Amino acid sequence: MTLMKKLLGASAAIALSAGAALAEPGLIIDLGGKFDKSFNESAYNGAQKWVEDTGGEYLETELQSEAQREQTMRRMAERGANPIVVLGFANASTLEKVAPDYPETSFAIVDMVVDQPNVQSIVFSEHEGSFLVGMMAAMASETGTVSFVGGMDVPLIRKFACGYAQGAEAANPDVKVIQNMTGTTPSAWNDPVKGAELTKAQIAQGSDVVFAAAGGTGVGVLQAAKDEGILSIGVDSNQNYLHPGSVLTSMTKRVDNAVYTVFEQGEEGFTPGINVLSLENDGVGYAMDDNNKDLVTEEMVNALEDAKAKIVAGEIKVHDYTSDDSCPAG
Amino acid sequence: MSVDTQKGRPDAAAPAAHPAIELKGISKAFGPVQANKDIAIRVMPGTIHGIIGENGAGKSTLMSILYGFYKADAGEIFIAGQKTAIPDSQAAIAAGIGMVFQHFKLVENFTVLENVVLGAEDGARLTPSLSKARKLLTELAAEYELHVDPDALIQDLGVGMQQRVEILKALYRQADILILDEPTGVLTPAEADHLFRILEGLRREGKTIILITHKLREIMEVTDTVSVMRRGEMTATVKTAETSPEELAELMVGRKVLLQVDKAPAKPREMVLNVENLKVVGEKGVERVKGISLSVKAGEILGIAGVAGNGQSELLEVLGGIRNGTGRITLNGEEIDLTGQNSDARTRRARGIAHVPEDRHRQGLILDFHAWENVGFGYHHDAKYNSGWLMDNEALRRDTEAKIKKFDVRPPNAWQTAKNFSGGNQQKIVIARELEQNPDLLLVGQPTRGVDIGAIEFIHQQIVALRDAGKAVLLVSVELDEIMSLSDRIAVMFDGKIMGERLPAETSERELGLLMAGITDTTRDVPVEEIEANLARKDGATP
Amino acid sequence: MTLPKWADVVLIPLINLLLALFVSGLVVLMIGEDPINAMKIMVNGAVGSTYGWGYTLFYATNFIFTGLAVAVAFHARLFNIGGEGQAQLGALGVALVCLALPWPHWTLALPFAILGGAVFGAAWAAIPAYLQARRGSHIVITTIMFNFIASALLVYLLVSALKAPGMAPESARFPEGTFLPNARDVFGMIGVKFARSPLNVSFLLGLVACFLVWLLLWRTRLGYEIRAYGHSEPAAIYAGISPFRITMITMLISGALAGLMAVNAVQGEAQRLLQDNVLGAGFVGIAVALMGRSHPVGVLIAAVLFGALYQGGAELEFETSVPREMVLVIQALVILFTGALDNMVRGPVTGAFLRFGRRPGATTKAAE
Repeated sequence: MTLMKKLLGASAAIALSAGAALAEPGLIIDLGGKFDKSFNESAYNGAQKWVEDTGGEYLETELQSEAQREQTMRRMAERGANPIVVLGFANASTLEKVAPDYPETSFAIVDMVVDQPNVQSIVFSEHEGSFLVGMMAAMASETGTVSFVGGMDVPLIRKFACGYAQGAEAANPDVKVIQNMTGTTPSAWNDPVKGAELTKAQIAQGSDVVFAAAGGTGVGVLQAAKDEGILSIGVDSNQNYLHPGSVLTSMTKRVDNAVYTVFEQGEEGFTPGINVLSLENDGVGYAMDDNNKDLVTEEMVNALEDAKAKIVAGEIKVHDYTSDDSCPAG
Repeated sequence: MSVDTQKGRPDAAAPAAHPAIELKGISKAFGPVQANKDIAIRVMPGTIHGIIGENGAGKSTLMSILYGFYKADAGEIFIAGQKTAIPDSQAAIAAGIGMVFQHFKLVENFTVLENVVLGAEDGARLTPSLSKARKLLTELAAEYELHVDPDALIQDLGVGMQQRVEILKALYRQADILILDEPTGVLTPAEADHLFRILEGLRREGKTIILITHKLREIMEVTDTVSVMRRGEMTATVKTAETSPEELAELMVGRKVLLQVDKAPAKPREMVLNVENLKVVGEKGVERVKGISLSVKAGEILGIAGVAGNGQSELLEVLGGIRNGTGRITLNGEEIDLTGQNSDARTRRARGIAHVPEDRHRQGLILDFHAWENVGFGYHHDAKYNSGWLMDNEALRRDTEAKIKKFDVRPPNAWQTAKNFSGGNQQKIVIARELEQNPDLLLVGQPTRGVDIGAIEFIHQQIVALRDAGKAVLLVSVELDEIMSLSDRIAVMFDGKIMGERLPAETSERELGLLMAGITDTTRDVPVEEIEANLARKDGATP
Repeated sequence: MTLPKWADVVLIPLINLLLALFVSGLVVLMIGEDPINAMKIMVNGAVGSTYGWGYTLFYATNFIFTGLAVAVAFHARLFNIGGEGQAQLGALGVALVCLALPWPHWTLALPFAILGGAVFGAAWAAIPAYLQARRGSHIVITTIMFNFIASALLVYLLVSALKAPGMAPESARFPEGTFLPNARDVFGMIGVKFARSPLNVSFLLGLVACFLVWLLLWRTRLGYEIRAYGHSEPAAIYAGISPFRITMITMLISGALAGLMAVNAVQGEAQRLLQDNVLGAGFVGIAVALMGRSHPVGVLIAAVLFGALYQGGAELEFETSVPREMVLVIQALVILFTGALDNMVRGPVTGAFLRFGRRPGATTKAAE
């Protein structure tokens, strides 16, 4: 067997496995690591739950740098993973380039819309979830000032901020909302030290409830809030357990559910197009558990449930920052 | 000079019973190079023993073994009849061996006294050692003419003085055997004579002295016995009184050598180089050349004599386009730009100045280049070495082969790396490159430094041949012999100035030596102390 | 004491490499993985398929350029460790060219992209070069500082002027007319199947660069002067070679070569300007130049080796639980053994040669 034949054989084998019915799904964990207690971890938990429930196997890899995106994505596809889930808007441009090269493979991207026939774009109504936690923040605040720490300054995070501010104003029209972003580059997702500094600065300006929508940076925000004795709000995963008695609630973004669903549907059930996860289908929400039950009053829960019902029913329109890149509140 | 000068040592009970130092079967190899091969020497106490040989003959290796720097592969060392192992220099000092290196190992900003004591202090407190040393220094000074101010800083002393400190250091450590490695390389003739008087004084006291040199004259002048080394082997040991310079030279080289340059009287023609009021500022802003004027005609060799570091190097470098200066220099009547704005070494070459630099390792050659690459060095823009955009390496190699043949470079291998040639052959490559450019003016500095006797003869002939072809030659050398035998006129430099010009036939080594020390009144009897004081003042005067 | 040329260029790097792999194996063993299996995965992943080759040679192309950049500077005894920053600026140059016009065809875009990358890279190297040549600021310090400035500059541009609509800090995608043909297309034309990979025509550009650097160093007057200056500055001045001129020109060439890396990484693969377009290739280039003895052929071989290490390492990470950091450890060991510990091997090897009676340096005639 000549070398060339071997090579051809190898690529044929890959092609074969790609077409096989029993392909394993794949998950590419984004920068920040799978134990970021937030976005990536949520996705990872979804995949783990799928493993527990179905006994299936999946391929997983972790990005280490920006420029690896393309190779990692291709590597997944070449290995025959199907469908493949990629996390985060930063993958959009790469996926746009890679997806057409693997028409047989299905991709799902979280947080961004990629218009390709084999891509499912999973986006969340973060503004709705943020609205609810904003309400709760304003109600819990004694100073009348609440604050927001964002990760990287991108429209997605402004969408969080804008929903939060609208919610806070809905609960208390006189509320003051302070907003800060950690940075303009992806390193802003993983800078807990700066997160803590921003939080302390906000506390100095009177804030006593802080909402962190900043990935790994949020860990520092929550820690600072605990250290300074104020309330904080987690994001993406349920982060209430991090500092019981200090974390008021978490704006959950059910990335785990999204990953679970894509994995479960597999190749056959895969539907390209945009998949919006909102309050209506429990894609976003706020977290209640033993860790925060003493912080949250019945009044708050009632108000939030009421607002939730109205949002789902369309009675309350929460403005989506990304729709026109502007925010009426805050 | 007789051998029987052993009087004045009453305490030496049986002075000649054992040799002071005896080496048996010493061998040492560095890789494939056998630096020392089965060397045997016996040096009797109270004698001066010379070791002579060309560069790379193995002299320094042998002394390094004796001083514990290298370990011999085989062989034994006996000190005063006792078999002694010398694993390091501490052991050598303990065995009574003192060494004066070619390059002094002194702390520049310490006083003489501190340097003498350094490393041989008695106990933690310095004061007792210092006062003991001071007393000893006074005694030694009286006994051997080893006068040095104990409180002077080393950096303020001239080289002759520094050398004396080295000797004092060895004596302070109670050395009975003193080894001096090329001690006169940096001295004026008067200073060298003084050194030899010191050595004779030491010998009278029963000290044993080993003198390593390549200068036949010194061997003949001061030694009792002499060993000749060639290619790592001891070719002969003879009584100095029973030999001649010619015989020693033949033993060193392995064939008959012409020690005198054979040349016809010069026929100077038109002026080639004219220098007026040249001034050069060196590193640290010190003026190194202080307004000199000279001229060289076609068909003559002007020799510049002087102790190293008196501005000769700077003079050569300005002429060669390496340094900037002020003044007026004309070549064939046309002025040369000295500011460095419109000229560098390359433009000098284009105008017909060839330059054999003083330091071939630092300047004249790229040691890691092949021989053929070095043959184009400096002339690599010449059309003959290029074809269009690219260098014509083939042409360069052909040219190298021709030069190797003509100048008898050994081994005749154009692909050999420059550093793997011997000093003499390296110099031949440089000389071949520069002389074959057919220059109007040849600048040549230390043409035979570190070059073996056989090659010296050849290089001298080439320089004279160039003169006879009607070219002007400016020769700079610290070897007075060389200056005397090659030059048609001699200018002596001291402290950046020209002290005087002489014709070789009408001057003497003594007179030139005094001029080299800055003493222009050469008719009177000048004590060596004045010479030293003069040299030291010059060295110390430069801020 | 010199070794025969072949031992210097082949034997010693080979022993270094084997030592590095051996120590890496021990480390892999210590974290409880099978080193033989790990090795198999790495080798197979790097060269066991057209996919592996594609990535190996893609990475190698980056390393060829940065390695040559370091090597050229080495010859003038200039330690350019600013390849990282120069390549970043080269990436900016390439991106500006690619985004400037709706290029109709890559053959038109490529020459201008080459020019853009080279000019920007060279310009970035010119400042440290000038500071070295005229002010004596040590080039090691200045070039490494310029790496930081370069990356900050890119971040600034990517969140401001060059930012594409969207959320990521990256430029717009280049027009299709700038896309370089990749190995799959090229091999496809002659009917050979080649897996999809970012390997593109820049690899050929890298080979041409190797040849041109060789030509420069050993066949031109400038190269002769660069090498002479690198061996001895006083000798260079004696020969009428201007240190200022050589320092400037050498660093410009070095920076340009580093900048050319972007043609492969930015135009060839990413097709947009990212925050970090170099991924440490600037630093790997130092190891490549060291291992390749600053000779273009050596650089080429070392670059392919490091490309294989990168690609094999990625596969290892993918296939096993050997953590990413481990792969870095292996790469670091190779750099350590080939660069820093070179003399550790050289001594015994020289000794062995002497013992077996071959006279080293006796025949030094060899390919330059």
